Amino acid sequence: MPDSSATVPRLEMRRVCRSFGATKALRGVDLSVQPGEVMALIGENGAGKSTLMKILSGAIQPDDGKMFLDGADYVPGNPLHARQSGVAMIYQELALAPHLSVMENILLGIEPTRGPLLRWTEMKRRATEALAEVGLADLAPEIEVRRLSIAQQQLVEIARAVALDCRVLVLDEPTSSLTSKDIEKLFALIRRLKAKNISIIYISHFLEEVQAISDRFTVLRDGETVGHGVTKETRNEQIIAMMVGRQMDDLYPRSTRTAGEVILEVNDLAGFTKPQSASLQLRRGEVLGISGLVGAGRTELMRVIFGLNRVKSGEVRVANFSGRATPQRRWAQRVGLVSEDRKSEGLALGLSIADNLTMSRLTGLGPIGLVLPSRQRAACQPWIEKIPIKCQGPAQRISGLSGGNQQKVAIARLLHADVDVLLLDEPTRGIDVGSKAQIYQLIDELAARGKAVLMISSYLPELLGTCDRIAVMSRGRLSEARAVAEWDEHSLLAAAIGQEES
Amino acid sequence: MSDGVKRVRQLSPHSGWGNLLGRFLALIVVFTFFAIYVKSTGGDFCSARNLENILRQSCVYATAGIGMTMIIISAGIDLSAGSLIALSVVTVAHVMNLEVAGADGQTQSLAALHPTLTPLLAAGAGILISTLAGLINGSLVVGLRLVPFIVTLGTMGMIRGLGKGIANERDIYPPEESWLNTVMDPVFTNPARSWQLLPTGVWMLLAGVLVASFILRYTRLGRHIFAVGSNEETARLCGVPVGRTKLFVYMAGGFFAGVAGLMQFSYISGVGQPTTAVMYELFIIAAVIIGGASFSGGEGSILGTIIGALLITILYMGGQQVGWPKWVQEMVIGGIIIVAVAIDRLRHRKLT
Repeated sequence: MPDSSATVPRLEMRRVCRSFGATKALRGVDLSVQPGEVMALIGENGAGKSTLMKILSGAIQPDDGKMFLDGADYVPGNPLHARQSGVAMIYQELALAPHLSVMENILLGIEPTRGPLLRWTEMKRRATEALAEVGLADLAPEIEVRRLSIAQQQLVEIARAVALDCRVLVLDEPTSSLTSKDIEKLFALIRRLKAKNISIIYISHFLEEVQAISDRFTVLRDGETVGHGVTKETRNEQIIAMMVGRQMDDLYPRSTRTAGEVILEVNDLAGFTKPQSASLQLRRGEVLGISGLVGAGRTELMRVIFGLNRVKSGEVRVANFSGRATPQRRWAQRVGLVSEDRKSEGLALGLSIADNLTMSRLTGLGPIGLVLPSRQRAACQPWIEKIPIKCQGPAQRISGLSGGNQQKVAIARLLHADVDVLLLDEPTRGIDVGSKAQIYQLIDELAARGKAVLMISSYLPELLGTCDRIAVMSRGRLSEARAVAEWDEHSLLAAAIGQEES
Repeated sequence: MSDGVKRVRQLSPHSGWGNLLGRFLALIVVFTFFAIYVKSTGGDFCSARNLENILRQSCVYATAGIGMTMIIISAGIDLSAGSLIALSVVTVAHVMNLEVAGADGQTQSLAALHPTLTPLLAAGAGILISTLAGLINGSLVVGLRLVPFIVTLGTMGMIRGLGKGIANERDIYPPEESWLNTVMDPVFTNPARSWQLLPTGVWMLLAGVLVASFILRYTRLGRHIFAVGSNEETARLCGVPVGRTKLFVYMAGGFFAGVAGLMQFSYISGVGQPTTAVMYELFIIAAVIIGGASFSGGEGSILGTIIGALLITILYMGGQQVGWPKWVQEMVIGGIIIVAVAIDRLRHRKLT
């Protein structure tokens, strides 16, 4: 690489604008990344990050503004063109063909051929090479992608970008479904790619991650670049203030909560795969957190409690009800669940806000048990205003909302059903800081009003900030819950992995 | 704020009305095209008689399409619809053909003995048997967790076979005529029946449209059908009785196919023909899809399906009257299905 290139940014965006109809998604974005630099792109959902990514990937074209790649005009006409120019994207929803093998996925579209025939030995060689670079040297390239863990799938996708000799790698919320161990591996990989002079745009809501991995950051708000700087020289509070446009003093409010009677009791519960053994008591007016590694059985515990998975042994008691659980009965007993998987389980993306919000309780929306669409919409209005959910109205499709607002709809569904027990599985996964703050606020209000909240989270500061007591799930076994004051990040992590080593 | 809400409701492809309007315009365009084309060849496409024929022709597809719409909204499919229609036709004819021992030891036609009761019994039996068959479809889908396409591909053959078995693999010619034979009789050109305004079958269709639209739009069950189709996991998590909802839609599919069978029985002049309505499922599904339903579920409307059925019928009859050969008609109808769905996708992409 010639010396002059050190001053020419690898990728530069100047005053990039894009409108959809009357909405200005991007009002003027400036961004530049140097070769071998990790640039964190931060912003609330709806700030324009996804539009920006689509423009970078060539999926849509900007209305105005210019982009340069290594000093030359960069005008990607479509995603293939962008990939060929060396700009690779890793989306949150991985774009792999689950039925194809690892090597077929890595070389998809650039398969080495001789005439019409695939050169399998060459494919295997190149795939193995790319896998080695991302630290998956011992993965057999013939294995089907769907047999891999999410973390491995993500690495395969990065290997695909590496096999393409990408110059810019864009990672969208890459850690949202990774365990902390996998996150460490990913960071090590990012540092290796950096050393190879690849530029990385790292999109994340986790400011801790931004601090850990990025060299510089750029903050987007309302489709505009509102700030940038050197990560090491900036405090988190400053970044948050840029993101939300105001100072955020206390992310985790804590009103006076008084623990009431036990409303959910779990005794030595086991499911058919996980959990192996879990006991807990949840009282009105408290927030009980469940910490642990992804895959430890936290989600399964919640699903067994809610009747989505079968009970193998043990007992779940909600207030005075025990007996066989089904989701219908749980809702009737005023227990509601927010799924960790918003897109495939939590919400019906094709339906409206009103349909989603009222899905678990369609009674009282019209005479003689009818469901009048106007009443359905009216029932949503208070929640839209109170939480608040940023949308065009209750008739808007869920798919048009930002992740944070989608999640607020999923939680509002529980409020509409007026539940006493809220089972929240990763309630703030992949959403922006502003929405997170609103959700923490809501959880606090609910607990103060005497509702009981059981919350799973992989984000330790959030658990420590929100919960009254925390229990740790490790390899299918739930520890005894202890008051939040007795925990810190270190002890939570130790408890989560402690049994794994023994 | 309220302004914004209104705008969204008008523009949203899910608001229904905008979607339906587009389809209705397409229907008008195709109709006008044939009206002019037929006129130029010396015929009259807009005559009362022809208009009524269009209604009568589309009635069977449209009626069976009501049930199919519910099934497709729930992200299912029913390939056995044509066989269900034939099963209903054969059952009606079979009951009308029953003989009982009379007082003098001679066998006598049941229909002659009880001229009012027997047709009612026949209609009831036809609808009941296809509803039950629909219930079996639903039970297999829910109970065995099989893909609806495969289940109904299997029952398509089984139900057709059952119909042939009941008819002894022959056409049944019931000895007595009854009101069942006149369900689809024309009324515009028949002064004796003009008080009806529309053929009985069309009234039945309209009643079905009203009831089904009401269920889909204003009842818990209806919202559940959309929820299950849009995202089954979410529906389950929300406490929607997913299994029962699916059972219902397949039963509704059987019920409306049974009613369509009554119409078909009259339309083929009261013959219990076990080989009737072959391939109808494809026209019915096409009507539902042209009507705006999505194969992946969560979308669709009864009125859209009616428009789809009318469109197919107009293409078919118009093509016939301007003298297109059969192969051209088939190709045009096939093409229209693809064009309709393609336009739909384009609209969706623009709006979202």
